[in-house]
Amino acid sequence: MTKISLTVDGDQVSDDVEPRMLLVQYLREKLGKTGTVIGCDTSNCGACTVHLDGTSVKSCNVLAVQADGGEVTTIEGLAQNGQLHKVQEAFRECHGLQCGFCTPGMIMQSVDLLKENPNPTEEEIRLGLEGNLCRCTGYHNIVKAVQHAAGDPA
Amino acid sequence: MTATQERPTAEIGRDRRRKEDQRLITGRTRWTDNLVLPGMLHLAMVRSPFAHATISSIDVAEAKASPNVVAVLTGQDVAEEQGVLINAWPITPDQKAPTHTPVAVDRVSFAGEIVAVVVARSAAAARDAAELVDVDYDELPAALDLKEAAAADADNGGALAHPDLGTNKSAFWKFDSAEAGTGGNVDEAIEKARGDGIVIEREYRQQRLIPAFMEPRSVVVDPTGEQLTMWSATQIPHILRFALAATTGIPESKIRVIAPDVGGGFGGKLQTTPEEWIAVAAARRLGKPVKYTETRSESLVAAHHGRDQWQRLTLSAEKDGTVTGFKVDLLADLGSHVSLVGGGVPVLGAFMFNAIYKFPAYQFNCQTVLTNKTWTDAYRGAGRPEATYGIERMMDELATEVGVDPLEIREKNWIKHEEFPFTTVAGLEYDSGNYEAATARAKELFGYDELRAEQKKRRDDGDPVQLGIGISTFTEMCGLAPSRVLGSLDYGAGGWEHASVRMLATGKVEVITGASAHGQGHETAFSQIVADRLGVAFEDVEVLHGDTQVAHKGLDTYGSRSLVVGGEALVRAADKVIEKAKPIAAHLLEASADDLEFSDGRFGVRGTDQGMAIGEIATAVFAAHNLPDGVEPSLDSDATYDPVNF
Repeated sequence: MTKISLTVDGDQVSDDVEPRMLLVQYLREKLGKTGTVIGCDTSNCGACTVHLDGTSVKSCNVLAVQADGGEVTTIEGLAQNGQLHKVQEAFRECHGLQCGFCTPGMIMQSVDLLKENPNPTEEEIRLGLEGNLCRCTGYHNIVKAVQHAAGDPA
Repeated sequence: MTATQERPTAEIGRDRRRKEDQRLITGRTRWTDNLVLPGMLHLAMVRSPFAHATISSIDVAEAKASPNVVAVLTGQDVAEEQGVLINAWPITPDQKAPTHTPVAVDRVSFAGEIVAVVVARSAAAARDAAELVDVDYDELPAALDLKEAAAADADNGGALAHPDLGTNKSAFWKFDSAEAGTGGNVDEAIEKARGDGIVIEREYRQQRLIPAFMEPRSVVVDPTGEQLTMWSATQIPHILRFALAATTGIPESKIRVIAPDVGGGFGGKLQTTPEEWIAVAAARRLGKPVKYTETRSESLVAAHHGRDQWQRLTLSAEKDGTVTGFKVDLLADLGSHVSLVGGGVPVLGAFMFNAIYKFPAYQFNCQTVLTNKTWTDAYRGAGRPEATYGIERMMDELATEVGVDPLEIREKNWIKHEEFPFTTVAGLEYDSGNYEAATARAKELFGYDELRAEQKKRRDDGDPVQLGIGISTFTEMCGLAPSRVLGSLDYGAGGWEHASVRMLATGKVEVITGASAHGQGHETAFSQIVADRLGVAFEDVEVLHGDTQVAHKGLDTYGSRSLVVGGEALVRAADKVIEKAKPIAAHLLEASADDLEFSDGRFGVRGTDQGMAIGEIATAVFAAHNLPDGVEPSLDSDATYDPVNF
């Protein structure tokens, strides 16, 4: 067991974890942050995407011990003071989800994408989201949601 | 009591933000894998790496001695209690179907089949120990190629997927328009066309597909208390409950199945699975809640696949392109077992191969075949898109043969607007259609004529960037109903759907549907239906589904049926609420029921400004202080709807 201390969605947490425990397992199993989901065991789908120190990571591809001392934001910590993040709003507004399983990862990746490139072209959005798979929507409305959020200064 | 918002003039068709989305965009979701119950144990499966093999021995000693392992179960261990998986659609009385046990007992028949189950205090411990289970296999010849499997038998050799059956052929199903009285003799039509017309013969492959829903399958079973509760990432909680009761001996009334948030299905979660049956057996044996969530790698080999057909098609036509006959010879790969409705999936194509066309003669022959591959079942459209692909390719071939535009050949053969209602050569009645108008509009939207001109120009100029234009028409029978038609096809269930409307004391409305959403947006669409019908606010309607204790009756979600069948059931249940409320409204308003009219959620007395909202009546009914004699204090209503046609 290794002791780790980190900040998750603004809260200080500290736990003893197996060195092999993945960050996504830590979030779900130890912290009950079940908003972050596991869609594959191959780092293909991106459903588990969270932010680690301000950058998007696939949390199935990061060991919990690697997040020691870091700052993690999950889909559950994105809204501030009861206000949805503009990307969350945009996904609802543009019908960018159906079953919603890929949505946490899609939103977290989109937030990171817009941080790096506040006014992306459609092609840049598609490229920026290529590591996140959706099975229901055909991506069309997801791209529209990101464009919508990019146009929203809030 | 009072509505939270002014009701719009019409909900249906209004661009609403979905009710489902708030929880989905904030991560406040209830996926099955999220569940943690006190003392819960975790399962890991040991799966066969071989497509076909006998199990000579399984050594579980090391796995059992592993830290935090509670039990290791083999097929032999649970043979008496594991039950079997059902095939609910035996397409012929003589269909051959191998027994489908959740855990293989002495032989595996596809790579991915479960041979042992490890139960441990954590998922990690279970997986670690699963790697320590030592299974000795003796490989057997595997039936893998569909055509070779169809040709194999005990006399002629070739690998048999299940040697004891003596053949890989499971069932042969035929529809012939001459026998059914819906058309002529197809062989005669083809013979005639060989003399003086056109005969096109082609063979198309429908490749095997994996449904690949985003949420891996997951199941939790809690045996605590009097009732067995199962949460499952399933499309079919009601069918699952029935099947569990039918094969495990647990009374249906003692089983509660819950499909919480479910992350997509695409037909892939229209199944009763080995993993669900194993979870029940393990939970009952150990007396503890258990959970199993598959890895993606497991999902790809062990959740059912779709398609996998060879289509041999023969089309006869006159020289001008008027089709005179169409014959379909299908080979359909079932994989290792005849799954829940897998045998019937290709048969659904029988009614769609004629598509939107008038064929004077038609025959559909389908041979289902067992192989040593993952078992197949419903996937997106299930049997029908395969048919559309086949016939539309053939129409293109015919257009090329005749030398006309592919749209022209379709128009020549499709059912004309004035010919509706039209009974097709496959025996279905199409109630309405206007392919001329729809096609004209599509051509306009695409700029079809301009695209054709551009295409010709590029051809003529030898332009390095050429233009390809694809044409397809598409029609599909949806809803998987009515029940009596399904009965005539030997389908194991009906095609109805159930709905309830509960008027709460505060005037809010609880709606219960037997359909089970997994991304479709029932909560939004069904709220709109009820808001319109009862004249209440969209926000005041709560749609409940996916829990057999709440939605006690239902046939779940697949086959594009929820809105067309379940939505209509809901309309009828809402109308019954209004019927029940009317005499109460008349009594409270001291008016004759004949003088009342119901609109915009309000019973009004004709010619006066007097009236009462349905919510106010619900409150009065709750109090029950002043109801007409002999009227029960309830507005709650149920309706079960069975369509008269597809």
